[in-house]
Amino acid sequence: MSDIRRRDPRKEWIARNRLHPRHLEVLAELGRSDGQGAASEWMGPHGLMRRNPHAVGFIGPNGVKRIDRSGVQQGQGSGGPQASTAASKPRVEIEAPAFLVAVVPDMAGGRLTGHDRDLLGLARRLADADPATPGAVLAVVFGEHKEDAFGEAGVDRLLHLAEPEVEGFAPEARLGALVAVEQAWTPRHWLLPDSKLGGADLGRRLAARLGERPATGVWQLEADAEAPSGWRCTARGAAGTLDFQRAMPRLILALAECAEPVSETHHAAQALALPEALPAQLARIEDLGQVAVDPAGVALSEAEFILSAGNGVRDWEGFHHAAEVLGATEGASRVAVDDGFMARHRQVGATGTWVTARVYVAVGISGAIQHLQGIQACDKVVAINMDPGCDMIKRADLAVIGDSTKVLEALVALVEQAREEKRNAA
Amino acid sequence: MRPDTHDKGRLAVTVLVSVGRHPLTGRGRRADQDARGVELARALADAEVELLHAGRLDAGSEAALRGYLGMGFEALSLLEQPAGADVLPALAEALEAAGPQLVIAGEQAEQGEGSGLLPYLLAERLGWPLVSGLAAVEGVSQGVATLLQALPRGQRRRLKVRLPAIVTVDVAAPAPRQSAYGPARRGRLDVQAAPVVPDDDLARWQAQPARKRPKRLKIVKAASARDRFKAAAAKAEGGGGQVLTDITPEQGAEAIFKLLKEEGVLR
Ligand SMILES: Cc1cc2nc3c(=O)[nH]c(=O)nc-3n(C[C@H](O)[C@H](O)[C@H](O)COP(=O)(O)OP(=O)(O)OC[C@H]3O[C@@H](n4cnc5c(N)ncnc54)[C@H](O)[C@@H]3O)c2cc1C
Repeated sequence: MSDIRRRDPRKEWIARNRLHPRHLEVLAELGRSDGQGAASEWMGPHGLMRRNPHAVGFIGPNGVKRIDRSGVQQGQGSGGPQASTAASKPRVEIEAPAFLVAVVPDMAGGRLTGHDRDLLGLARRLADADPATPGAVLAVVFGEHKEDAFGEAGVDRLLHLAEPEVEGFAPEARLGALVAVEQAWTPRHWLLPDSKLGGADLGRRLAARLGERPATGVWQLEADAEAPSGWRCTARGAAGTLDFQRAMPRLILALAECAEPVSETHHAAQALALPEALPAQLARIEDLGQVAVDPAGVALSEAEFILSAGNGVRDWEGFHHAAEVLGATEGASRVAVDDGFMARHRQVGATGTWVTARVYVAVGISGAIQHLQGIQACDKVVAINMDPGCDMIKRADLAVIGDSTKVLEALVALVEQAREEKRNAA
Repeated sequence: MRPDTHDKGRLAVTVLVSVGRHPLTGRGRRADQDARGVELARALADAEVELLHAGRLDAGSEAALRGYLGMGFEALSLLEQPAGADVLPALAEALEAAGPQLVIAGEQAEQGEGSGLLPYLLAERLGWPLVSGLAAVEGVSQGVATLLQALPRGQRRRLKVRLPAIVTVDVAAPAPRQSAYGPARRGRLDVQAAPVVPDDDLARWQAQPARKRPKRLKIVKAASARDRFKAAAAKAEGGGGQVLTDITPEQGAEAIFKLLKEEGVLR
């Protein structure tokens, strides 16, 4: 269709004349060009905007007419202004940074954790403090990752080290790499998450190697003209019972929620490479891999992978078997617990356990609000359900519509087959 | 410490113990992680375990240190240090002199800065490998220890480390045994002089009881009141998830299998 709007004075006249027999028909016709049910607004013959108040709004679920004045309903119907928000964020490029702020995120599961994002927010505060001499945030990422939004998280420069030595648990090789970063670029600040996922360990190793006395457990940062670095920080000490106020050192191990994550700008995340190859090192610590722990023994609140059963599970034997084969911790909705199929301490939700699983598989769970509250912190939700309209499907990242028993059976067969192939190959 | 008394075949283990602080009453006690470290050392077969503490000896700390003796020890070496001293040089010298194969420490002290940095500094200074967050020592043979490291989410990782090494103990390690009163009374505290280096930095910092951290507010950046209201009242919704309808169970299982593989939760 051409973009030129052609006016039809006769139709406009009919649209204004509510008593005209073709009034409604014409209104609808005018409206359709806007991609909506009926026209609520059009340009009058004298250039004035005309409105039809009767065409505004929609009929709500209870049959009551609702008018939505946020602008979502009107004028925005077709794509244009709703283009993706990521693209509309201002893009920030720092060509010649005055200094670098190095961040070493945990990247649990190959993605930036919430803690990492907070830390990047803190790094941005340090880098952007003085607009005249902007710094750049350098993220040092080890091993394979699945993250594609480094730019949105506030990373200007990205150093991705995927050499086989730094894969897995290799604190000494990673430390060697960080020392190489220090030698290559000498960042003004080093920030690491003070977390059990690896940041706490690596950060302390780096501090010992660089001979810097770090601030650990930092949760607040304030500008302070008297401090040598221009910043003062508050750090938790003595098993969380004391707060130390001190000038900010070069190396910081910060707690979660130490700063707001970056949300308003989009950064370049330009790839960097180390000028030299990593130094070869003798590994004194050998990683023999993760040990299979009994998933049933892992507390529900800290399980990483949960298979959860609801009222839609018919074959309980099959469900328990599936959980065992997948190596998942079992969870349940309240109905499954009340009906006696699952133990009370397995209940997920408002009155049960708030879970933090990275992957949550909901089998035959409708997604009542009390249940959804309990899985707010979950990363990936998979739903297996018969009803494509239920709330769990809306929450899920992947929803399979089908009978729970059959899907679980197929899944178990698939996993067993994959294991068999691996065993034969080995 | 007496290096020459080490039996040839036995594993020399030193546990670094500190004075803890009860979280409610604030009284001195065995530090929880250190006590777990002692328990871990006790559980090692064929090990000669020594306890080492650097600090002051006064009424409060003596009760706490005797708590460790009550776990079945005759003596504890105490390197005399005033309050506010940096204990690193004293400990490093004592360890260099004694030459144990394995040093066990807690992750973070319950008093003072509690930065958890001491084991790392010791390891750096002695040039030993360090493994943090242990749940168990599975065995030691021919100068290599097999360790079980506690990971978040109840997971465990098995590691091998060349001795001598320093390890720190996680709260996932077995709970310490009760301290028995009799042995605690009878045990000796061997007080030794040690070099004193004051910790100047710590003295400069202001310490105050931990403030409650402000709760993070959910900041909603929305242009209109309606969006803000919706965000405040929203259910947790992923939005834009993939929905597979009209497929066979096998196809569905395939899709789920792929996601589980990608996330790396299948082993
Ligand atoms: C005060 C209060 C607190 C509560 N707290 C909690 C709580 O903490 N946790 C909690 O879970 N609930 C809680 N509830 C209950 C909650 O409101 C829901 O009743 C409950 O979560 C529903 O469980 P469900 O999804 O398993 O069952 P249903 O709502 O019955 O859903 C069953 C689902 O399975 C599907 N299905 C049926 N057959 C099959 C099949 N063969 N294959 C695949 N899918 C199938 C259906 O389509 C349906 O979506 C609470 C309620 C109240 C009033």
